[in-house]
Amino acid sequence: MDCNVTEIRWHARGGQGAVTAAKMLAEMALSKGLYFQAFPEYGPERMGAPIQCFNRLSGEPIHTYCGVTSPSIVVIVDPTLCDVVDFTSGLAPGGRIAVNTGECPDTVKEKYNLHDYQVCTVDATRISMECLGRAMPNVPMLGALLKMTGLLTEEEAIGFISEYFGHKFPEKVIRGNIAALQAAFGEVQGLE
Amino acid sequence: MPKTVALVGTDAVAEAMRQINPDVVPAYPITPQTAIVESYAEMVANGLVDSEMINVESEHSAMSAAIGAAAAGARVITATSSQGLALMWEMLYIASGMRLPIVMANVNRSLSAPINIHCDHSDSMGARDSGWIQLFSENAQETYDNMLQAVRIAEHPDVLLPVMVLLDGFIISHSVDRLELLDDDPVKKFIGEWTPRLPLLDAQEPPCWGAFDGLGGYFFEFKRAQIEGMRKAADAVRQVAAEFAEISGRRYDFFESHRMEDAELAVVALGSAAGTIRTVVDRMRAEGVPVGLIKLRMFRPFPVQELVAALSKVRGVGIFDRSETFAGELGGPVFVETRASFYEEPKKPLMHNFVYGLGGRDLPQDLIRQAILTLDGYVQKGTQDKTVTYLGLRD
Repeated sequence: MDCNVTEIRWHARGGQGAVTAAKMLAEMALSKGLYFQAFPEYGPERMGAPIQCFNRLSGEPIHTYCGVTSPSIVVIVDPTLCDVVDFTSGLAPGGRIAVNTGECPDTVKEKYNLHDYQVCTVDATRISMECLGRAMPNVPMLGALLKMTGLLTEEEAIGFISEYFGHKFPEKVIRGNIAALQAAFGEVQGLE
Repeated sequence: MPKTVALVGTDAVAEAMRQINPDVVPAYPITPQTAIVESYAEMVANGLVDSEMINVESEHSAMSAAIGAAAAGARVITATSSQGLALMWEMLYIASGMRLPIVMANVNRSLSAPINIHCDHSDSMGARDSGWIQLFSENAQETYDNMLQAVRIAEHPDVLLPVMVLLDGFIISHSVDRLELLDDDPVKKFIGEWTPRLPLLDAQEPPCWGAFDGLGGYFFEFKRAQIEGMRKAADAVRQVAAEFAEISGRRYDFFESHRMEDAELAVVALGSAAGTIRTVVDRMRAEGVPVGLIKLRMFRPFPVQELVAALSKVRGVGIFDRSETFAGELGGPVFVETRASFYEEPKKPLMHNFVYGLGGRDLPQDLIRQAILTLDGYVQKGTQDKTVTYLGLRD
């Protein structure tokens, strides 16, 4: 892939909001004047089944429309997928992985032999249970990704969420998602 | 001020339709239909447009309703995909034969069997001889721009033919892409009002449409006139593109030439693959491989002279096809037509066909690179042992 394009692969299960998170990331990139793509692994989606979705981000126009096979960042929205899918596929040594787990980065590295990669963790499911009352780990994982990449500051991300959810959801949902985002920014571990 | 947005391809089409605000939008609302008509139905429900939407029971009926409405004098847009377009087949010929300027977005997806919902160009290539103008789009921006221009091309008094705007299924239709939307006012001015000649619903001078025209009639002459309309469509495509450039700053032609000035090898491709190929071409150029790209936008009418001129200096051409003709070594439709275009030329480049991506099979950069190197090898040898290579086929 082109060195000036950042490719991101999301691993999740159908119904966890990963496709929405990838779309939100695209809109966040737009707010920064960047070029972007967001697309799901095409095909039928079933609740609970492993899915992938992808982003490309760049400061320059992106002309590539093939699949993402060598991402530099992998986001694991559902920790049970670590035992199910080859989530490091195509990820070069030094690549970054964000995992939804209550475990610390060193434990995850040890468990899945991820010593060649930078691993950060955040307990996104617990955060979403606390903030939204249900397991919807997409926004906290997006928060972790934003902190990892520095694409948006916490304040910018909160502003974006208010705007993005403002059109579609009641105040309670917006507040819950903002709280989840803030918690993720505060709790993410393993960033150098 | 034009607005930069993040939209999936289907919403780029719906946005163009909102600005065009056609009189009638007949559409079949269920699979294989895409979110184009879903988004548009929402716009109608929200009062953003005043189109009459007609929910019909099949794609055959969708095109039938489009024909009826267009003959009555309405400006009509519809959308379809894959099997839906296949089911319209009979009515496609009636739309073009009656010279009705209907615009239709088709999300390019494969035809069964086996059942497959992913991208290839089999659906619209099946309709290439139906008398519709066909414009391919690389990305969401081009899809939006083509939709706006399609209305003007279709309604051009020298043309009066239906136009199909093609976008790649999933790759463009379901992916969030960055594009610029024009303001409503300049678009509305550019689109203008549609004044039909001899509308069916003219009580003062009621005309006859779609009549029987047998052995003693003028069927052949009608068809000859239709061929002429298609020939003139090429001029209209350029004229409309020039006007569109004035409001958008974006330039369109029959095809886009990329790094062709000093190219010795060329790739010809349609749709989103052309974008990926452009990236590979740039990288191989940096390595000293003299390769260029022709991205075909207008497949009907086929730009014979222009394409021949653009390719006349290269030694080898790799022609990418995302559908098949099942004619064996004749290859895919873009290959067949590009080779036919060169028949009268005394000097022809070596031409090789790369069939790729059927049923949505990915076209990664390394496969494109491999194809260009294969072409280079044939050019170096001065001969090829076969004319068609299937890219990315599993063993």
